[in-house]
Amino acid sequence: MEQDIRLMKGNEAMAEAAIQAGIDAYFGYPITPQSEVPEYLSREMPSRGGVFLQAESEVASINMVYGAAGAGARVMTSSSSPGYSLMQEGVSYIACAQLPCLLVNVNRGGPGLGTIQPSQGDYFQATKGGGHGDYRLIVLAPSSVQEMADFVFLGFELAEKYRTPVLMLSDGAIGQMMEKVVFNHKPLPKTEKPWATTGKKEGKHRSIITSLFIQPEVMEKVNIELNKKYAEISKNEVRLEEIHTEDAEYIIVAYGLSARISHKTVELARAKGIKAGLVRPITLYPYPYDRIGELANKAKKMMTMELNAGQMVEDVRLAVNGKIPVGHYGRLGGIIPSPEEVLENFEKFIKE
Amino acid sequence: MTEEIIIAGFGGQGVLSMGQTLGYASMVEGKSVTWMPSYGPEMRGGTANCITILSDEEISSPIISVFDTGIILNQPSMDKFGPKVKKGGLIVYESTTILHASDRKDIEIYAIPAAEAANQMKNTKIANMILLGAYLERKPVVGIDSIIEALKKVLPERYHHLLELNRNALLKGQELIRSVSKN
Amino acid sequence: MSEEKEKIVEAPGCLTAEPDLEGYELVYEKPDTFTDVRMHYCPGCGHSTAHKILGEVIQELGIQNNIIGVAPVGCSVFAYDYLDIDWQEAAHGRATAVATGIKRVRPDNYVFTYQGDGDLAAIGTAETIHCINRGENVTIIFINNGVYGMTSGQMAPTSLAGMKTTTSPYGRDIKTMGSPIKVSELIANLPGAFYVTRQAVHSANYARKAKKAIMNGLRYQKLGLGTSFIEIVTNCPSNWKMTPLQTIDFINNEMLHYYPLGDVKLPSKEALDALAEIEKGEKK
Repeated sequence: MEQDIRLMKGNEAMAEAAIQAGIDAYFGYPITPQSEVPEYLSREMPSRGGVFLQAESEVASINMVYGAAGAGARVMTSSSSPGYSLMQEGVSYIACAQLPCLLVNVNRGGPGLGTIQPSQGDYFQATKGGGHGDYRLIVLAPSSVQEMADFVFLGFELAEKYRTPVLMLSDGAIGQMMEKVVFNHKPLPKTEKPWATTGKKEGKHRSIITSLFIQPEVMEKVNIELNKKYAEISKNEVRLEEIHTEDAEYIIVAYGLSARISHKTVELARAKGIKAGLVRPITLYPYPYDRIGELANKAKKMMTMELNAGQMVEDVRLAVNGKIPVGHYGRLGGIIPSPEEVLENFEKFIKE
Repeated sequence: MTEEIIIAGFGGQGVLSMGQTLGYASMVEGKSVTWMPSYGPEMRGGTANCITILSDEEISSPIISVFDTGIILNQPSMDKFGPKVKKGGLIVYESTTILHASDRKDIEIYAIPAAEAANQMKNTKIANMILLGAYLERKPVVGIDSIIEALKKVLPERYHHLLELNRNALLKGQELIRSVSKN
Repeated sequence: MSEEKEKIVEAPGCLTAEPDLEGYELVYEKPDTFTDVRMHYCPGCGHSTAHKILGEVIQELGIQNNIIGVAPVGCSVFAYDYLDIDWQEAAHGRATAVATGIKRVRPDNYVFTYQGDGDLAAIGTAETIHCINRGENVTIIFINNGVYGMTSGQMAPTSLAGMKTTTSPYGRDIKTMGSPIKVSELIANLPGAFYVTRQAVHSANYARKAKKAIMNGLRYQKLGLGTSFIEIVTNCPSNWKMTPLQTIDFINNEMLHYYPLGDVKLPSKEALDALAEIEKGEKK
């Protein structure tokens, strides 16, 4: 059989994957640099099935996702930083009501209205909270157009397995760039959702989707249940990629676009005789603390490369737990460093 | 083989679509490709560029700061990217509008009057294809047939009558670069 | 979580002992669509009557197994405790967006929202207007009592001019606080609004009419021609600082003066004929 190979923008690949993954509905609002997603879906869904609806705001979008997910549909939304901020209230409700769905943030530069250029400034928001209350999202960080497609499938699989929202944290560059992408994903089976509101059927317990548990004793129990689930996720779902770490003395830790840039930096460093390696966390939650801690037993130094002022570096420090020095190099506001620029700063850090 | 290209000019000159066409063509030939646009809020008239990387291997960074080849369509881009071409690299530029080319002696530089040639062919929109043809004559990283194959995929059916014009533009570019000497 | 959540603790002040019915004749029953949970609403509050007629309508239409409600944030936040149907609890103001999400993926279910004035006409104005503007095939039940009830009596977008609330202690000054919004008239202008009516529940006669309006509002979902909107002007004894009887006078003399009862927008005759055809088919 001829393989389905296409040259696509990351945003388009994600949208195409969503249709192939069998989404029942997409609710969203245009914002650069992710508008290709609603554009693609509004073009394709009328003939290929599913609901496409451009909402009046991101606030409305996320609440439509809540309603549709609560009614048992496979549903997603996408946005970029300022728009994703607007959704945070709804994300908190969705996490508490334990509704499986896929959220996408194509990260642009902030804070505020910021810039439309790529950034990783939303790492804290994605991994440490975002909305109010004690909740976590499974956070997937694609670093290629292929992964923009793959992680839609993975995202829905995990969301439905754990009954939890999954966030794909991409960025403007991965969303806008074109690469070869192969569509050969196994179809996602529809999962049973007995908890969904579909009308109180005879003999079936009625379904109530809510995040309101007014008595503190009940609310505490809900929180404990949620945290049991997060512990289970942390045990089973950590994903990362390692490049040249077997003998690495100096390791760069980077995700998404930064990992692609740092990969080349590591190649350049190796060419100069530096024993460099790369760790690329694929899940930002759960974070690969254990493996990074293990690598710190052999390596001499670690540096994160992030398109922010130093956010993931805090998690690396937690993982390393003081065993070796941990540094950070980043550019801000939508500026992307070249592999050479990263190398220069990596070497500086090594010599410090 | 890995070829790292910057294509730069004004928005509307077909800069981004040149890179995409090259990308498709190299995919047709089974290569890896990464196409990274530099985008701004404006739809037309601003500066535009794209980094296009073609390779027989997996491509690591889609962001690079030095290039094997620059295909340059306006003066600001010549000033900006002229110094960023690797030693021994190549610049192919649109010489109807760019008056001051890079004066580097360590790279090959070809002046192609593509806009003028496009005018003579009665379609100003194909200047980019003329430049692409010129580039591919000097560095045949993909075949002309693959470019046409790619255009068939990129262009909606209703534009397929333009494929012949595009082929002629590519051939024109090849012819032009053979007749000009590098400075 | 929701499956496990069955034991509901009564609000403080609720009756807990079973009343002694010995020697009484049964003339009045709660509908089968109600749970056994006692309501937390204050004595004299119109919410309980509005719930009751809604429950009766669901029972009489025979759609208990086919309807999904969306509860708001406000006094009726616990509506799902009282009506024995599938429910989703929405964030403050977002009920119509949630209802949109449900109805779009489950078009064969009846879907309604039950919202107060703060929820629907202040924080959720955008969602309300755009839901109706898209003509979402849902029924909106809008409880207008001119005050934020649950948070204990702050000014609502529908508070009357001069009305004293905990955040307009000197009376609502329309120069600085805006005029009370007549939501029904506002949204009736939207082409997506199919049926818009303003009703009340503070007398048996009004309640009968309101029940009819809710029934029609739900029936119109069979047509799929737009949104049905039933505003219910009602009271809030606790926050108006009045006895229930005094609130009836206030509704009659003040509220209904500004918010006149009656239909604001009615379906066309063709639409109603089409509905009659559909319902004739259902009977066969």
